[in-house]
Amino acid sequence: MSQETTHSDKSFPTHPHAEPVTENPWRKLNAFTDARVGLGRSGISVPTKHLLAFQLAHAQAIDAVHTQLDSKALAKALVEQDWAKDWTKHCAPLLLHSRATDRATYLQRPDYGRRLDDASANILDEHRDSTSQNYDLAIVVVDGLSSLAVEQNTLPFLQALSGYIKSWNIAPVCFVEQGRVAIGDDVCERLNAKCVLVLIGERPGLSSPDSLGLYLTWGGKVGYTDAYRNCISNVRPAGLVYQEAARKAFYLLNEARTLKLSGVKLKDRSDDDLIVDTSKESKNFLIS
Amino acid sequence: MMHNPHSAFQFRHVVGERTFGFVDLADLMAKATPARSGDRLAGVAAQSAEERAIAQMTLADVPLKVFLEHALVPYEEDEITRLILDDHDKNAFSVISHLTVGGFRDWLLSDLATSEVLTKIRPGVTPEMAAAVSKIMRNQDLILVAKKCHVKTAFRNTIGLPGHLSTRLQPNHPTDDLTGIAASMLDGLLYANGDAVIGINPATDNVQQATRLIKMMDEVIQHYEIPTQSCVLTHVTNTIECIEQGAPVDLVFQSIGGTQATNDSFGFNLATLAEAQAAALSLNRGTVGNNVMYFETGQGSALSANANHGLDQQTCEARAYAVARKFNPLLVNTVVGFIGPEYLYDGKEITRAGLEDHFSGKLLGLPMGCDVCYTNHAEADQNDMDNLLTLLGVAGCTFVMGIPGSDDIMLNYQTTSFHDALYARRVLGLKPSPEFGLWLAKMEIFKNNEQFVLNHQVPDAFHKSLHKMIGGKP
Repeated sequence: MSQETTHSDKSFPTHPHAEPVTENPWRKLNAFTDARVGLGRSGISVPTKHLLAFQLAHAQAIDAVHTQLDSKALAKALVEQDWAKDWTKHCAPLLLHSRATDRATYLQRPDYGRRLDDASANILDEHRDSTSQNYDLAIVVVDGLSSLAVEQNTLPFLQALSGYIKSWNIAPVCFVEQGRVAIGDDVCERLNAKCVLVLIGERPGLSSPDSLGLYLTWGGKVGYTDAYRNCISNVRPAGLVYQEAARKAFYLLNEARTLKLSGVKLKDRSDDDLIVDTSKESKNFLIS
Repeated sequence: MMHNPHSAFQFRHVVGERTFGFVDLADLMAKATPARSGDRLAGVAAQSAEERAIAQMTLADVPLKVFLEHALVPYEEDEITRLILDDHDKNAFSVISHLTVGGFRDWLLSDLATSEVLTKIRPGVTPEMAAAVSKIMRNQDLILVAKKCHVKTAFRNTIGLPGHLSTRLQPNHPTDDLTGIAASMLDGLLYANGDAVIGINPATDNVQQATRLIKMMDEVIQHYEIPTQSCVLTHVTNTIECIEQGAPVDLVFQSIGGTQATNDSFGFNLATLAEAQAAALSLNRGTVGNNVMYFETGQGSALSANANHGLDQQTCEARAYAVARKFNPLLVNTVVGFIGPEYLYDGKEITRAGLEDHFSGKLLGLPMGCDVCYTNHAEADQNDMDNLLTLLGVAGCTFVMGIPGSDDIMLNYQTTSFHDALYARRVLGLKPSPEFGLWLAKMEIFKNNEQFVLNHQVPDAFHKSLHKMIGGKP
């Protein structure tokens, strides 16, 4: 197509000061969804403003993956909380590490991230041999794929949960670096705890770099698959808020303790009274 | 190359005074595979760059006939091996039966392999042959040969004609909210996307939810008379149930893998797919064709299910295409960067895998599209996606995804945007499917169909709906 035919096309803006960006009137639909709708266009391309906003979101997600969790500082902050006194007065939090030595290894070897390194295994074995405690629950905080999620959400969530489990005998809280979900089973087995709750940074999305996941396993043992776990996802201020997450987590913990199992056989019915009837749902706006 | 089934090494290659040995055909295939993290994770990759290059030389000397004599997964254990060998067409194979893997590469690149001839030999090519030759092809070889492979399918429009590129409109929403989904659908349609399929990954995966979404999309397609089809990407058994309950199902979806054990872990087998295909065909909803299946694949799924039988991930992937072609799909989508960096580490590995999958699928006769995508823990970014999208556009890729601003807010990954598809159209002159193109002109979404110029105004047909939601001109 030559420039001339472009300019003779009546549909094309010919004014010398015409805006290069075409805005979309349906941009306002972003009130109804987080999807990046109605971005407008420069020609047919994404306008500069939205291109740069996307890059910022991606940068935050990358940083969430690659920034190392300061588990020492987080453990120290936990010790300073009044609501956590019962959990920390007999034993300080334990700082552990997986067999993945660094982030590049972690990302390529999920098998290493599922097991404790030798030093960490020794710490747990020595603790178990030094105590006659029968723990009801091991709480294991793992960096996973978002240190941001762990730093931001761990203490507020645990505070919300603490009110529910005052009578439970809680094992020393464990902080694990370069860990995957299944490393909780390694901890659970070594501490001989009845149940394990893993708090882990989830794979960050562009609009949710700070999402914390909760995984519960009854009698966790090395080699258990996801079929033995129950999951609560998207715990963060803009997602599942702490009080709700704690209510759901306690529901599952209590059910697991009653039924002595977890995973596919343990159904989350904590929302059964909330189910809405979709049969009377109105038509979507596109056909109205 | 020496081929000796009784030695500890079935394949050997001598370089000067050194001898490189490969235990069996699976070992040779794996070590000849261009480097990627998933094969290292599986422990099947070459130990050095030199060993990989030697493996490629050794593989190049293997006659294609060997792949018919040596099943990489035992015939007795695996219904996909049985499918591959039982359905093999010796007549079609006769054209290439004298060739080695290396000779096959030369033949594919040569002018002997015209589009017509490539169509004829399809039933004689096994997935393992396609995988083997791809391992010794450069990226440009994969592009050049794929472009010669023409695969046309149809349901309410015609997909896969040369010079065309279709898009799946993917209006996912984290709570399956109908207004949120409709907003993304509108955005996509007004950006001229959605001719391959309007396909939703449901956040809540059950029959009730799938039915709700299928009905919603059907109403929109009917209301605007869009020559396209819908699909909810739920488990095949859910879709069968939806059909039994009377839901207006266009396409049946399933994720498929290249070994029986992989598909066992996904909860289906070949009989399940046959049942689903028959159910969808019985609805007779296609207007210009009867391809009713939509499959998704991706390197790494077999290892992820502990079901790779010691094979490299690309060979497993190619075997999944044998499953796909049995059921004449409308669309096959390799979701190349979704699985994560433990299988494809960075932009380079994702790009290579995307081109391999597209080539292998096309050579085997599949309507191959690609979810050009990455997750935030992979070493990849939008520039890598721009590169792969452009390469696939050149290669004649059947379809890509289209999503608002590349950001899937439900699946938490990045894929190609509505804008990206228009970029590919403009730089490569690729048109949407003909029936959909006419609709875009009729609806005045495109002001100029040849140059892919969008209307500056909201087309009349959409005013009423938009007015209801956001005010403005009714």
